[in-house]
Amino acid sequence: MTLAGAKASALAPAPAGRPARTARRRRRGEAGWAVFFLAPTALGLAVFYLWPVVQTFYYSFTTWGPFGGHTFSGLSNYRQLLHDPDLRSAFVNTAWYCLLGLAGVPVALVLAAVLARPGRRGVGFYRALLFLPVVTMPVAVAVVWRWLYAGDSGLINTLLAKVGIHGPYWISDPHTALIAVAAVGMWSSVGYTMVILMAGLQSIPRHFYEAAQIDGAGPVRQFFAITLPLLSPSLFFVTVLSVIGTLQTFDLVYVMVGQTNPALPQTRTVVYLFYQDAFVNNNRGYAAAIAFLLLAVTVALTGLQFRLQKRWVHYA
Amino acid sequence: MGIRAVAAAATSLALVASMAACSSSKGSAGGSAGGKVSLSYGVWDATQVPAMQKIITAFEAQNPDISVTIQQTPWADYWTKLQAAATGGAAPDVFWMNGPNFQLYASNNVIKPLTDLHQDTSVYPASLVKLYQYKGVQYGLPKDFDTVGLWYNKALFDAAGVAYPTASWTWADFQAAAKKLTDPAKGVYGVGATLEGQENFYDTIFQAGGYVVSPDGKQSGYADPNTIAGLKFWTDLIAAKDSPSLKQMTDTAPLNMFESGKLAMFWGGSWDAKAFAGNDGTKTGIDVAPLPAGAKKATVIHGLANVVSAHTAHTAQAEKFAEFLGSQQAAQIEADTGTVIPAYNGTQQAWVQAYPQYQLHVFLDQLLDAVPLPVSRDTAAWNTLEANLLTKAWDGSQPVGTVAADLAEQMNAALAKEGS
Repeated sequence: MTLAGAKASALAPAPAGRPARTARRRRRGEAGWAVFFLAPTALGLAVFYLWPVVQTFYYSFTTWGPFGGHTFSGLSNYRQLLHDPDLRSAFVNTAWYCLLGLAGVPVALVLAAVLARPGRRGVGFYRALLFLPVVTMPVAVAVVWRWLYAGDSGLINTLLAKVGIHGPYWISDPHTALIAVAAVGMWSSVGYTMVILMAGLQSIPRHFYEAAQIDGAGPVRQFFAITLPLLSPSLFFVTVLSVIGTLQTFDLVYVMVGQTNPALPQTRTVVYLFYQDAFVNNNRGYAAAIAFLLLAVTVALTGLQFRLQKRWVHYA
Repeated sequence: MGIRAVAAAATSLALVASMAACSSSKGSAGGSAGGKVSLSYGVWDATQVPAMQKIITAFEAQNPDISVTIQQTPWADYWTKLQAAATGGAAPDVFWMNGPNFQLYASNNVIKPLTDLHQDTSVYPASLVKLYQYKGVQYGLPKDFDTVGLWYNKALFDAAGVAYPTASWTWADFQAAAKKLTDPAKGVYGVGATLEGQENFYDTIFQAGGYVVSPDGKQSGYADPNTIAGLKFWTDLIAAKDSPSLKQMTDTAPLNMFESGKLAMFWGGSWDAKAFAGNDGTKTGIDVAPLPAGAKKATVIHGLANVVSAHTAHTAQAEKFAEFLGSQQAAQIEADTGTVIPAYNGTQQAWVQAYPQYQLHVFLDQLLDAVPLPVSRDTAAWNTLEANLLTKAWDGSQPVGTVAADLAEQMNAALAKEGS
C-alpha cells in the first residue's frame, strides 16, 4: 500500500508551463511525503536494530545480575573472551559452517545452470522443490532431519544398511555431527542461492553466446569466458550473504544437537555460545561482548570480500 | 493526494500505532476487562494441564470475577523463558517453582513472600514447606511431591526368565538382571543410563553414601569417593553395553525407548505414571518397584510449589489463586486424576488408587529413605556444569574419576560465587 502511494506521487507527470517556484515547492512537498512514507521502516530500523546495537555495545562493558540490573565493569568481559577455550572452539566450528556453506554456492550454480535453460520440461516443479526448504521453518527442518539422521531407526541409516554400510549416529558422533548439521544448512539455503544465480544467468544476453559459437568457442570456453565473468556480481552477492548467514548459525545447532549431546563441543557456534551465556547462564554482559566480537569478525570478513571483489567481479 | 495516498498514510499510521501498542503492553500478561481480572498461570508439564484446567474451573466457579489462563512452556525452555520474562517484568502472575531455582528467585525478589496468606503449612510434609522458605519466610505453597522408582517391562522380564524386581534388590541384583535382559539382536537393553540427576545419578550417589552438595551449600561432593561410585554405577552399565550409549540416548530419549519396549528397566519419577497409563505400549505391560539398594537405600524426593510473581498487577487475586492451588480441594483433583502425588497430607492415597494396574504405593513406601534433591542458591550454575562435564564420562571419552575431580573443582568455584 505504501509503495503504491509513493509510486503514484513520484510518477505523476509535472504539468508543463508552470513557474519554477511551484516546482520547487512541489519537490519540497514530495520530500516531506518521502520522509513520511519512509518513517515506519526507518523508525522500525532505529528502534529494533540500531538502538539494540548501541545498547549491546554498552552492555558489553557491564556485568549483569540474574534478573537484570547491571554494573559497569570496564574491559573485564573482553579480557575473559581472550581466555575462553569454548569461544575459540566455537569460532573454529563457525568457520567450518562458513566454509561448508560456501561449498553450497557451486552446487547452486550447477542447479541454476540446469534449471535456467529455457524450454526444459518440469523446470518450474524442480525450482519450487529446491526452493521449498528456504520457505520452511528452520525448526521444522531441524526436527525432520533429526529423524532422518537417527542412528538406530533413521531413514538414512536404514538405507545405508541395505547396501551393507553401518551408518554412524550422525548428530551425536563428534566426528560427523558438524558435517551433518552443516549439510542441512546447505540444503535449506541452496534454493535461495540458486534463484539469485538463475536471475543472473537469465540476464546474460543470448547474443554473446551466439557470437562465441560463431567464433568457435565450445561450452566449456563459453562458461569460463562469458557465463562466469558476467555472473560474478551475482556470485559476489551470494557469497557475501552466505558468509554473513553462516556466521550466525544457531537454530539448527540448538534444535538438532542440544545440551547433553556428546558432540556439542564439536558443533556449537559462536551464536550458540552467545545464547547460552545471555539466556541460560545469564551473563548478559559477557554475551554482549561475544556478540560484538562476532560483529567485528563479520564486518572484517565482509570488508575483505569487498576489497577482493575488484580482482574477480566484473560489472558489465 | 488521491484516495491511494490517504489509504497509504492511514496504513503507515496504523503501523506506527501498533508498534507503540507493542511496546506499551509490557508488564504481566492479562489485565482487567469489565471488572473481571485475568491471571496467567505458568506451568511446564503438558501432562498436568488437564488437571490444572480442572482446578482453574473449580477456582473460577468460586471467584466469578477472576479468570485464569494457563501458559505452558516445555520443560527444556521453561526456566530460560521465565527468567527472561521476569527480567522484563512480564512473568506469569502465578507460576510453578522447583527446588533448584527457588532460592535464586526468592533472593532476587522476583517472587512475593506469602506472608499475607496465613496459610496453615502443617498440612504439607515439613521438608517441602522448608524447601520453599528463604531466610525463614514462606514464598511458595507446596503443590506436589515426587520420588523415583524402578519402572520395568514385564514382558521383557518374562522373555528373559528374570524374576521381577523386589524391595530387597541390591545393586548386584540390578546389574545381573540388566545383563540378562539385554538382547543386542533385538535392540533391547537392560536399562537406560539417562544423564539425569534427579532420576538417575543423584539416587545412586545417595545410595552409595555420597553427596552432591554439602548441607551448608558451600562444598561440592563430586570429589567424594562414594559420590564417584554413584556415578560409576551408570558409566559401568554403559561400558558393559547393558545400557544404550550416550549417542543412542541422545537420538532417542530413554523414556521413549522404554515406552516402545526397547528398555527392560527405566528409573523414572512418580510423575511418569500418568503418561505411562495413557500410552498404549505401557498402559498395562509395566509395573514399578522400589530402587535397588547400594550401601543403603535411597531415592530423591522433590516437590513443586506455586509462587506469586512480585510484579503481578493483581496481587490480591493472584494470592487468592495460589492459596486455592494449595488447598485440599485442588490436591484432591490432582490425586483423583492420577496426575501427581499431591502435597496436601491425606490426599496421597487417592493418587495411588488412580492407576490400580501399577503398584504406585512404592513411591510412598520409599519416603522413609528419601533424600531431598540437592540445591543451593544458584543451582542452575552447577547443573549446567554437571550436564557439560558428565557427558565426557557418559560417552566414555574420559574416566569417571577425572571428570568428577574436574566437576568438583568447577562446582566449588560456582558455589563460591553464590556468596552468602
